[in-house]
Amino acid sequence: MYNGNKLSPFLKGVLIVGFLFLYIPIISLIAYSFNASKLVTVWGGFSVKWYGSLFQNDQIISAVKLSIEIALASASSAVVLGTIAGFVLARFKRYTGSTLFAGMMTAPMVMPEVITGLSMLLLFISLEQFIGVPSERGFFTIWVGHTTLCMAYVSVVVRSRLLEIDQNLEDAAMDLGARPLKIFFVITLPLVSQAIASGFLLSITLSLDDLVTTAFLSGPGSTTLPQVIFSKVRLGLNPEINALAAITVLVVGTVVLIANYLMLNAQRKREQAIAAAMREAAPVPVAG
Amino acid sequence: MVETVKQSAVSQSETPYLRISNVVKKFGDTAAVDGVDLEIRKNEIFALLGSSGCGKSTLLRMLAGMERPTSGKIILDGEDITGLAPYERPINMMFQSYALFPHMSVADNIAFGLKQDKLGKGEIDARVAEMLDLVQLRKYASRKPYQLSGGQQQRVALARSLAKRPKLLLLDEPLGALDKKLRQQTQLELVGTLEKVGVTCIMVTHDQEEAMTMATRIGIMSEGQLLQIGTPAEIYDYPNCRFTAEFIGETNVFSGPVVVDEPDRVEIESSDLGGRVWVDHGITGPKGMQVWASVRPEDVHVHVVPPAAGANTAKGVVHDIAYLGSFSIYHVKLGSGKVVKSMISANHWHENNVKAPTWGDPVYISWRPDMPVVLTR
Ligand SMILES: Nc1ncnc2c1ncn2[C@@H]1O[C@H](COP(=O)(O)OP(=O)(O)O)[C@@H](O)[C@H]1O
Ligand SMILES: [Mg+2]
Repeated sequence: MYNGNKLSPFLKGVLIVGFLFLYIPIISLIAYSFNASKLVTVWGGFSVKWYGSLFQNDQIISAVKLSIEIALASASSAVVLGTIAGFVLARFKRYTGSTLFAGMMTAPMVMPEVITGLSMLLLFISLEQFIGVPSERGFFTIWVGHTTLCMAYVSVVVRSRLLEIDQNLEDAAMDLGARPLKIFFVITLPLVSQAIASGFLLSITLSLDDLVTTAFLSGPGSTTLPQVIFSKVRLGLNPEINALAAITVLVVGTVVLIANYLMLNAQRKREQAIAAAMREAAPVPVAG
Repeated sequence: MVETVKQSAVSQSETPYLRISNVVKKFGDTAAVDGVDLEIRKNEIFALLGSSGCGKSTLLRMLAGMERPTSGKIILDGEDITGLAPYERPINMMFQSYALFPHMSVADNIAFGLKQDKLGKGEIDARVAEMLDLVQLRKYASRKPYQLSGGQQQRVALARSLAKRPKLLLLDEPLGALDKKLRQQTQLELVGTLEKVGVTCIMVTHDQEEAMTMATRIGIMSEGQLLQIGTPAEIYDYPNCRFTAEFIGETNVFSGPVVVDEPDRVEIESSDLGGRVWVDHGITGPKGMQVWASVRPEDVHVHVVPPAAGANTAKGVVHDIAYLGSFSIYHVKLGSGKVVKSMISANHWHENNVKAPTWGDPVYISWRPDMPVVLTR
């Protein structure tokens, strides 16, 4: 039975087992990245040599570079397009085709990635036949594919933030003499900047670890990090990959922690300010 | 006779400053505002009063330009503004939610409208300082809106809407977001500020007390139509329809046909009362017409012994008593089942050497023939 804020031993047990199930593989992966032995299942003493060989592996280094470039490019374009789409979804209520547009915007989120990837591949092939562009698959095609995927997420985040904001703010700005375009940049955009920032981070992570869509859209000269990992793992587990994964966990974990800290800090400051204003106003002064 | 002190403050010029003619606003098939005609004088504080959903905000938003009228014309200071965009109108609005820009300081909020007019920096700073002084918030200039109390936010919103010196100021439920105690003291403060800057002002409210306190004239709105326009006293003393009579203050309404119709007296046969309502002046209307007589609780007397028989009286029992300090409200249930409210001052019984009637006691009600107001709709 649920009593107060204490968990029953059974629930506690389920929780612990769940967490162990989720995190033991990650922990063991990190532990084995420091394994001196080449065999992934046998502990051969502590060593950091796999990290060293990782940084000498040109294939991995160039894949990391490509992945980061694609992630930054896709996140940037997704943020611009997704914000505009989110704004239209939130602020223009009824126009012909609004439901269709809303559906099409979010379709990439629910569509099986195999379908998205395949259809894009077919699109690029026929484009190449008819207009000669893109002449080969690589950075450009992956960028377009990831942008499509990421902007769906950005538009959802931005739209829900816009729905939270008092629409009277935009009316008030117009009432005070600002024109619509100016209002978008001076009032709307600053108010959704946090949503845009989290959309940007989300896009980066989505793009960084996307494998399926990328597999359809990449060409011979362009292999992203997930593709390298995947192909290497198929040849058998390898401590180098463990080291790579450990670094990824470290980087992602740090970014998430920093983002969380910043957000919590802003929230706490805000709450303190509100509490202070309430305290100040509490002894209601007599009219005069 | 019904002129109030407030009325004399209004400029007496006859040409209206703002004229709203036959304005209609339809959302789909339903008309939120249904043919409103209204004339506002310069420097007047006009209150649109009506229950929630009657179309007050929609009318206000049409004045601000946020909604386009389906038909009709709005003329301000001789200029037809019906088709102007909100950012082209010399009109500013204070929103019910204040709509302060959360990412800007108090000073930047006030300066926002001035910056849109491309005024020089010196002029903007001077005007912002003037506005901060007006609402006594100079110390708070660099704070963000969420660092202010509700009352302070309301004053920032007011300062922001006054900064551009609009020809017309619109206030949507200006004090609706404040708690009751703060609201009463802020009403007078707000009127003081508005009179100091001398701005023509239309406010919207559902709180009749607020409208009566603040406005020079009131328009009663119901279902998108303006039912009556007048000073607070005119509307209270001479309501022109049942809606107004019942909406403004408490009243007892007796309905029935006119049975005696002479130049100096009218009698109404009311089954609610179980007798006749006698009014000491004539009305325009045929005999037999269905009318309603409204009698305010403060005009209804309660007696323990029967008054002289005749009209304007009935027998009942005390159904309920609400003690409200210096006076009480007696609810007297008549034979017809109708409950009539009467306002009795606390020392009335004592002064007349009568033991105060209590729950279940038989009593008689009566009123003077000059008290009822006869309503034909
Ligand atoms: N944008 C809109 N679309 C459809 N109906 C609306 C819109 N704005 C207001 N209405 C309707 O018009 C009527 C009047 O609304 P409103 O002017 O806000 O009333 P009030 O301010 O008096 O409470 C309401 O029935 C409301 O539902
Ligand atoms: Mg309203």
